[in-house]
Amino acid sequence: MQSLGDAFGLAVALVFSGDADLLEIVVLSLRVSLTATAIACLIGLPLGALVAIGRFPGRNAVLIVMNALMGLPPVVVGLLVYLHLSRSGPLGFLGLLYTPMAMIIAQTILIAPIVAALSRQVLEDLHAEYSEQFRSLCLTRVQTVQALIWDARYSLLTVGLAGFGRAVAEVGAVIIVGGNIDHLTRVMTTAIALETSKGDLALALALGLVLLVIALGVNAAVQSVRMTAARQAYA
Amino acid sequence: MSGRHVAAIVAALLFAGGAAAQEQSIIVQSTTSTANSGLYDYLLPIFKDKTGIQVNVVAVGTGQAIKNAENCDGDVLLVHAKPAEEKFVAAGFGTERTDLMYNDFVIVGPASDPAGVGGMDDVQGALATIADKGALFASRGDDSGTHKKEMALWADSGVDPTAASGQWYRETGSGMGATLNAGIGMGAYVMTDRATWISFANKQDYAIQVQGDADMFNQYGVIPVNPEKCPSVNVEAARAFADWLVSAEGQAAIAGYKVADQQLFFPNAPGN
Repeated sequence: MQSLGDAFGLAVALVFSGDADLLEIVVLSLRVSLTATAIACLIGLPLGALVAIGRFPGRNAVLIVMNALMGLPPVVVGLLVYLHLSRSGPLGFLGLLYTPMAMIIAQTILIAPIVAALSRQVLEDLHAEYSEQFRSLCLTRVQTVQALIWDARYSLLTVGLAGFGRAVAEVGAVIIVGGNIDHLTRVMTTAIALETSKGDLALALALGLVLLVIALGVNAAVQSVRMTAARQAYA
Repeated sequence: MSGRHVAAIVAALLFAGGAAAQEQSIIVQSTTSTANSGLYDYLLPIFKDKTGIQVNVVAVGTGQAIKNAENCDGDVLLVHAKPAEEKFVAAGFGTERTDLMYNDFVIVGPASDPAGVGGMDDVQGALATIADKGALFASRGDDSGTHKKEMALWADSGVDPTAASGQWYRETGSGMGATLNAGIGMGAYVMTDRATWISFANKQDYAIQVQGDADMFNQYGVIPVNPEKCPSVNVEAARAFADWLVSAEGQAAIAGYKVADQQLFFPNAPGN
């Protein structure tokens, strides 16, 4: 297990050397996965809210499908997006394959169901608590959704983090639609896969540690926002 | 955070850095063996300094590279499976195929050499011995150039290893490096191209056991994708890259790439 010790040393050296290539990869990882998370929230939150408060025929089926889609295999999403964005595919004219945009699209598809399904659960529980109050206030459906999302905003932050975690950690989708092209579409996970395939296990592990630290950083940032807001609310 | 704020952030993230990609660029569909060995990291900056053209390499198995190029998702194809390449050109997907460079395949195995094939230079005999002894053998199993070559050599040796798939014959379905990692992890023999092996960093107690058979020759070819099939191809830049590779200058650059003082690829384009 000498690799593990090597990896720690390398990870520290990598971070403190301010390596330009590493910085580029880290920035692209964050840009792709944060954008995908933002778009997935824009789609998933309202969708989750509508299903949470709605009563319509086939609702159970929708719930089951939404929950099942949380388990979408990244490599399948990657293949589907590849087939659509390929020059010979229906959206090939857009020229998006092997660009960061293609990676954003794939990750959005991957995590939108996670955001929708988890926020549906959070909002439904909250709605059960407040539904009588909402009814007494004669709120419209849109107002109800707004009030619920606002009230559950801290829980929903965790939902967003779950989506981000899935996006930033997956390799199967981005390696197919991004192509792991140096200085263009190489992100942390595809770089780790590449170094592993070169047999440079210590460097691969070091990159993995850097990825963990980034995930920690994002989560810590969200947590501090949450705590600051909570302090203000109770001040 | 209101919806408008979120939308503004999304827009900012989407377009950040999007303006930089205005230069000429092409996509090369190529193999893991050339990319993993570091050849492109060495060649492409030389080519870019000369022409200003940015070359983006997608490194996958030869089978997938050809499929991607047939889908018009590349401007140049650089792989190593001559029959499949000729089929690609005959079907009109490529303009023409040119021999570019070669190296050779070797069979690596653990120091203990359980099948006792160390030092053999008859690859068919070595494979038959491995099969006979039931020694572990890890195959790419991914329709790559290396896999196609391995299957042809098995056929010559009169053994059908796939009958023992999952027993002594292990098909990893992965790239060269991943298959080496897996093979070394389970103590199996692995057939690899020499370039990947020399630059591979996780050799442990493995060494080359079988080499030097003329049948283990590994020829790479370069093919520009045909604009008649794929109008999206960047014809001029693709042509410029393919021409440069087979020119005296490109060939000299290929010969100049060394890892641990060993030359990895030997240029052999016609006319040089």
